[in-house]
Amino acid sequence: MSDLPLLSLLIWIPILGGAGLLALRSLDCCNPRPLALAVAMVTFLLSLLLWTGFDTTTAAMQFQEQASWIRAFNVYYHLGVDGISMPLVILTTFTTVLVVLAGWEVIKDKPAQYMAAFLIMEGLMIGVFSALDAVLFYVFWEGMLIPMFLIIGIWGGPRRVYATIKFFLYTFLGSVFMLVALIYMYTQSGSFDILDFHALKLGMTEQVLIFLAFLLAFAVKVPMWPVHTWLPDAHVEAPTGGSVILAAIMLKIGGYGFLRFSLPITPDASSELDWLIILMSLVAVIYIGFVALVQGDMKKLIAYSSIAHMGFVTLGIFIVFRIMDNNAGGLQGAAMGLQGSVVQMVSHGFISGALFLCVGVLYDRMHSRQIADYGGVVNTMPVFGALMVFFAMGNSGLPGTSGFVGEFMVVLASFHADFWFAFLAATTLILGAAYSLWMVKRVVFGDVANEQVAKLSDINGREAMILGTLALAVLVLGLWPGPLVEVMRASIDNLLAHVAVSKL
Amino acid sequence: MENVYLAIALAPLVGAILAGLFGRLIGRSGAHWVTILGVGLSFLLSLLVFKHHVIDGAGAFNGTVYTWMVSDGIRMEVGFLIDRLTILMMMVVSFVSLMVHIYTIGYMHDDPGYQRFFSYIALFTFSMLMLVMSNNFLQLFFGWEAVGLVSYLLIGFWYKRPSAIYANLKAFLVNRVGDFGFLLGIAAVAMYFDTLDYADVFAAAPSMVDATIEIFQGSPWSLMTVVCILLFIGAMGKSAQVPLHVWLPDSMEGPTPISALIHAATMVTAGIFMVARMSPLFELSDTALNVVMVIGAITALFMGFLGVVQNDIKRVIAYSTLSQLGYMTVALGASAYSAAIFHLMTHAFFKALLFLAAGSVIIAMHHEQDIRRMGGLKKYMPVTYWTSLVGSLALIGFPGLAGFFSKDTIIEAVHASSLAASGFAYFAVLSGVFVTALYSFRMFFLVFHTEERFDEHTRSHLHEPPAVVTVPLILLAIPSVVAGYWIDPVVFGDYFGGAIFFSDAHPVMEELTHEFHGAWSFVLHGLTGPAFWFAMAGLFTAWYVYTRQPDLANQARNRFAWLYRVLVDKYGFDRFNEVVFAGGARGVGWLLWKAGDVVLIDGLLVNGSARVVGWTAAVARHLQSGYLYHYAFGMILGLLAFLSWFIWWG
Repeated sequence: MSDLPLLSLLIWIPILGGAGLLALRSLDCCNPRPLALAVAMVTFLLSLLLWTGFDTTTAAMQFQEQASWIRAFNVYYHLGVDGISMPLVILTTFTTVLVVLAGWEVIKDKPAQYMAAFLIMEGLMIGVFSALDAVLFYVFWEGMLIPMFLIIGIWGGPRRVYATIKFFLYTFLGSVFMLVALIYMYTQSGSFDILDFHALKLGMTEQVLIFLAFLLAFAVKVPMWPVHTWLPDAHVEAPTGGSVILAAIMLKIGGYGFLRFSLPITPDASSELDWLIILMSLVAVIYIGFVALVQGDMKKLIAYSSIAHMGFVTLGIFIVFRIMDNNAGGLQGAAMGLQGSVVQMVSHGFISGALFLCVGVLYDRMHSRQIADYGGVVNTMPVFGALMVFFAMGNSGLPGTSGFVGEFMVVLASFHADFWFAFLAATTLILGAAYSLWMVKRVVFGDVANEQVAKLSDINGREAMILGTLALAVLVLGLWPGPLVEVMRASIDNLLAHVAVSKL
Repeated sequence: MENVYLAIALAPLVGAILAGLFGRLIGRSGAHWVTILGVGLSFLLSLLVFKHHVIDGAGAFNGTVYTWMVSDGIRMEVGFLIDRLTILMMMVVSFVSLMVHIYTIGYMHDDPGYQRFFSYIALFTFSMLMLVMSNNFLQLFFGWEAVGLVSYLLIGFWYKRPSAIYANLKAFLVNRVGDFGFLLGIAAVAMYFDTLDYADVFAAAPSMVDATIEIFQGSPWSLMTVVCILLFIGAMGKSAQVPLHVWLPDSMEGPTPISALIHAATMVTAGIFMVARMSPLFELSDTALNVVMVIGAITALFMGFLGVVQNDIKRVIAYSTLSQLGYMTVALGASAYSAAIFHLMTHAFFKALLFLAAGSVIIAMHHEQDIRRMGGLKKYMPVTYWTSLVGSLALIGFPGLAGFFSKDTIIEAVHASSLAASGFAYFAVLSGVFVTALYSFRMFFLVFHTEERFDEHTRSHLHEPPAVVTVPLILLAIPSVVAGYWIDPVVFGDYFGGAIFFSDAHPVMEELTHEFHGAWSFVLHGLTGPAFWFAMAGLFTAWYVYTRQPDLANQARNRFAWLYRVLVDKYGFDRFNEVVFAGGARGVGWLLWKAGDVVLIDGLLVNGSARVVGWTAAVARHLQSGYLYHYAFGMILGLLAFLSWFIWWG
């Protein structure tokens, strides 16, 4: 078992499975849905081996695979995961299963291609999380855009062309700068290995430039204010499955990038410019919280709420420098911030995914995302209503749901950095509840608003299973986050120890 | 005993899950049986725990159930601290909740959401038990927010009513404002004490007396003051203290049984309990105690006034709850924690009684809640009448009844307190006694005495509700009378032992204990005190104005029209919040969205740069005209430029 190339399997089974679906389509022989589900399930089950076989005592990369790829430039096919990336890989495989199920009946147009796009994207995203070679990482990173581009562009809403172009240009603009930074570091170190980059000595100016290049790439992905405006448009136009993957996984890649690249490669620049990220994060929490409040489109509202929640991820990552300053180099409180931001990423994957699925359930029935078109949904869809209230509560960070854990940890940690950081971050308690529950009030509660709502039928078994699974995940992580925190402990401690040492 | 503690907490949860998820399967009676058995089991086991700890004298229990997570060296756990404060709360919560459960069978008899309701109230009980049994700040916050969640669900139980779903959103958000402060308080504790465990925090607290925190650069504040005030902001939300009280009257939109549950045993008592639990922290900051006392005094007096002008039977009692919570808060500020908890307990009994009696009246009147359309109900509903009388007398502090003992102790404690705010607080709680008697008996007389003000149809159906309704009334009336005699051990004895801490700087309870010579002499002493006469004056005024001279009230209202308007307007809090906070937030959101996102970022930067690219390309395109002479001309110009460069600088 131990010599199974697990990560390669996780990357290539879905990609090849997706390609297979495309090939089978021309034969027109079989229903693509069960096949896609089988591939996604196999990938998910295999990914669980990562969890069971994971050694929590070490911060070293695990399940490593290395093979020479482009000899002339010292490029390797190098894979591996640590406690930070492993949970995100499992989040990816888990979410893909649900997304395949969610597209089961709704996608009538080109189902094989739709399923194939998601499977291929799954493989690419796992590649991003497990690549330890910068070129390999970059290939997966950019490759990931293509299926998403197609998903929004083909199965999207009426303004899908504007949204796809905006999405593509935005993210592409960010990533070319990252490519320059990666190549520069190659010229300095003679290697494309990310772990070599971690050890690479860099001067302050170099660090600042590299940091800014990375910032552009990752900030767009997260997305951080003020480079966030592609997200609401992309979400509104994307089909439900696309929104789920976008919110649950793709946004996490930005946060992951900060942890894997910015912090360890440019610790001094990160420390110098942390105020910028903290500012952007707090603006995201508050500014975007207010903006979310007034949205009339449910998907836009959840998209904005995603931005606000991702603000906690970046806040948790970049307060560590202030904490170290305050404690004269001591790390008390810093690990909690980093752990909190990873927990927040996983939790946001569940909750935002679930909320987008909820909107999808409504959209499939009424073909509207406007809050004003709904009202009193719980009268005709009681089971769905209960689930939606539950997820909205998770979105507003209710203790006992996963939404609470990350926010709680980040607020506690930011108190170590500065009272006002904690103060401003904690406003999410009020704002998050306000926009989530006000939406619930207008959509779910109340008397039946119109004839369409009166004709709604409650969720079927398939939908109930998808949402029920997510509800269970939200609850389990909320009631017992210990194991997740435990898995990442060694890696986080190692990262902190690394960051605490100046490269100058 | 550990399994017993666990069972006490989990039994209502199991009931809630069964009734909630399998409600259709187990049917209506199945739902009320599982939840009643669950809560009943909690109550019986609480009595067993009481026997074990208080009668048999076992020490406090402090243990972990499971570790939530360990982060940064801080163990975050779910665990129980079972000391005498907890045990008292457990008994009160489970007893009142059990009564409410039984009562609900009658009250919600025809409601289609029967199972759902039982599931919610059992979940409510579970949340509150977890809150009071907690041994750490994390679980306290869990229970804290869980109570908020269930109250949200319960207030909005009749989700078709616009007013109900407005009220539940309001309740949740106002509570969140309090929780905001509370969370920051917990964060401060976690940072400075490096643990969230009560025992460790309390043990380390005295060494932190002189610690400071710089919230504003250059002005160090006492850490304990900041922590206590932040925590107290949380208590202000849950225990509905001014200005975070606005959710409580609106919570009347829920069915009556939950009003009894929210107002008497759960939720609103959480803040009072929390401050008493945190007495080792609050005792270290006079500033915080002064703040607590002032807020409590304002609530006690000014919310009482509002009760006088309300006409909805439930709202009168709601404002009474606000005012009584103010009394408890004042007692906390005066370091009379045991008196506050004692009043919490007696209040839980008689307030639950009053609410359930009001519910009984409401059922009999076919869901009429306006006391102006009642009157003379005494002869139709004798049980409700007599139990209401007991509850009202207990509320106004009639000597010998439960409320008398607890309220008089609070007034005496404030009198003895040497804090700066105690002068104002004493005035407030003393005049509050008059107001309490006035609004209580105004309602009592208008409902049960005076002429009948309803139609023939209503009269023909008027009768005492069934036994599931009246039996809880009687069972609650008993402790409303006798619970006061427990004052000896609970308030002046050493019932609480180490569970509550008094600093030597605030010897209020010690002084009172010296003057205490048994419950009977306390009653006799009360007869000569001002509070008794204030209460009697209020009772008499209510009797005279509302039964003898009904015109007097109208005259007074016309005479003091401005005052009446202010009171009916509830001092304008609701309007202010609606305009400034709700409207303001929407306005800010709209502005940021339209001006920030749409115009500035998308319009100017994103699409703007796209336009710049397009424009540049359009200009550059002119260079590629396709005419040979254009290119030739370009070459000549270039050649010229190169030549001149060589000549001049080369």
